[in-house]
Amino acid sequence: MAVLVYTESWNGSFKKASFEAVSYAAQLANKLGTEAIALTIATTDNAAQLGNYGATNVLRIANESLATFNNQAYANAIVAAAEANGADTIVISNTNNGKAIAPIIAAKRNAGLITNVIELPSSTSPFTVKRKTFSSKAFANYSTTAAQKVISITPNAIGALEVGGSATSESFDYTATSSDNRLSSVSVDRATGKVSLTEADFVVSAGRGLKGPENWGMIEELAGLLGAATACSKPVSDIGWRPHGEHVGQTGIAINPELYIAIGISGAIQHLAGVNASKNIVVINTDPEAPFFKAADYGIVGDAFEVVPKLIEALKTHKANN
Amino acid sequence: MKILVCISHVPDTTSKINFTNNQTEFDGNGITFVINPYDEFGLTRAMKIKESTGATITVVNVGPLSTEPTLRKALAIGADDAVRIDAEPKDSATVARLIANYAQEQNFDLLITGRESIDYNGGIVPGMLATYLDIPFVNACIGFELDGTNAQVIREIDGGKETLEGSLPMLIAGQKGLVDEKELRIPAMRGIMMARKKPLSVISAGDTTASTTVISFELPEAKAACTMIDAGNVEQLVELLHTEAKVI
Repeated sequence: MAVLVYTESWNGSFKKASFEAVSYAAQLANKLGTEAIALTIATTDNAAQLGNYGATNVLRIANESLATFNNQAYANAIVAAAEANGADTIVISNTNNGKAIAPIIAAKRNAGLITNVIELPSSTSPFTVKRKTFSSKAFANYSTTAAQKVISITPNAIGALEVGGSATSESFDYTATSSDNRLSSVSVDRATGKVSLTEADFVVSAGRGLKGPENWGMIEELAGLLGAATACSKPVSDIGWRPHGEHVGQTGIAINPELYIAIGISGAIQHLAGVNASKNIVVINTDPEAPFFKAADYGIVGDAFEVVPKLIEALKTHKANN
Repeated sequence: MKILVCISHVPDTTSKINFTNNQTEFDGNGITFVINPYDEFGLTRAMKIKESTGATITVVNVGPLSTEPTLRKALAIGADDAVRIDAEPKDSATVARLIANYAQEQNFDLLITGRESIDYNGGIVPGMLATYLDIPFVNACIGFELDGTNAQVIREIDGGKETLEGSLPMLIAGQKGLVDEKELRIPAMRGIMMARKKPLSVISAGDTTASTTVISFELPEAKAACTMIDAGNVEQLVELLHTEAKVI
């Protein structure tokens, strides 16, 4: 009855969300009186470090047929590892890849699947856990009586908890089948050196108040100073000033970073839905009546073209002094 | 070629969310329901395929009678026929199973869903449905081009995109990018008139046992008042982020 946690990696290194997932799985296993086993695929990173987050054992798949992400093959590999290790609960990060495999696993295992989970279960019998719903406008407590469970946790919702343990590691083998390979990857186009939006601690976002795509230089400079990901409002992505992948809000990406800075975004309900789970919200807007101020922690009424350069200078000074 | 587009009936994006019955049910009072925006991108993509290949489009929804106006809207946009699986959708896995039961015998070449519904945000139906039907599944799809029965599909990945290739049948779970926002279609009067005459069949659901249950809903706690900082004193913001919020 172990808990199996899938730890995603990118270019061989664990993603930050994976440490959170292991922490979650370890705490969950503790509640259930069992152990957390991690499974990682095509990862060259040091597997034993997952012990620091509470995993007791790490299964490593290095099979060439799984060298790059393939949702069918990865889902089947996770199912095989769960079966081989008697795991009845599988923990996955609700990242883009996690979302592409969790429902496949749940269907194959006839499992109760709960996604967007933000807390440890409030009860293990019946298994009850809180998730985000209605595009972050609400939460729901879900329970499942299914013997098999798949829990997909929201990145940045549950912190990675270092417990200082060590994990054993062993190899596990799975070879992709022809059915797994019905789709083949032609190319992957990923901006390198950029912080991924869903996992970012800091996000700097801008809207139509910026007046044109040529004015994003200062947004990128501010983001660079903070080590933040850049985002934008829906109108800005609709008119093509910024790529769709940066659109945060109800029909874009939902985020919950430590700090969200919104510049020139009025804060329509559809935008707030995707960002109001952010722990700290700073709003910079010329309009004192902008609805976003009601959802903000800190607000500045002012012109972005004056405020943002000053903020950049103030941050540089702060960095130099700290 | 036969395309199935799954349509979720959801509250309009501007809806204020409230719950009733001791916080156990969504309060639909005064709510305008629409085609799930993610599904609308999929339906529009399907329309483009229909226009270039002569494909037929069936739209399906699992829901009670009250969801039929949403299916009629999909017919007005251009789908050929609609199917309502008559059940109160209890959880996503049940919805996936009911649609799979229906689709199993229909031999659709392409199934299109939204990547999630904007109400429950489960993102569960597409992957489960594809798995029940034993066809490949591409999530967060932002591009789809068809050449005969071969498809080139682009999916969003964290921080970028990936291009995949494969042959039909398959299921794609879409979002904006599948078509542009400006390509979405508003039903014309002629479409609305024609939609009234298009077939909308109702099939009984059978077993609707769900594996997950909502115990209760909660609304987020109200935010404390926003601390306003003078535009001439931006240093104070940095100071507060450092000493109060402790994020920098």
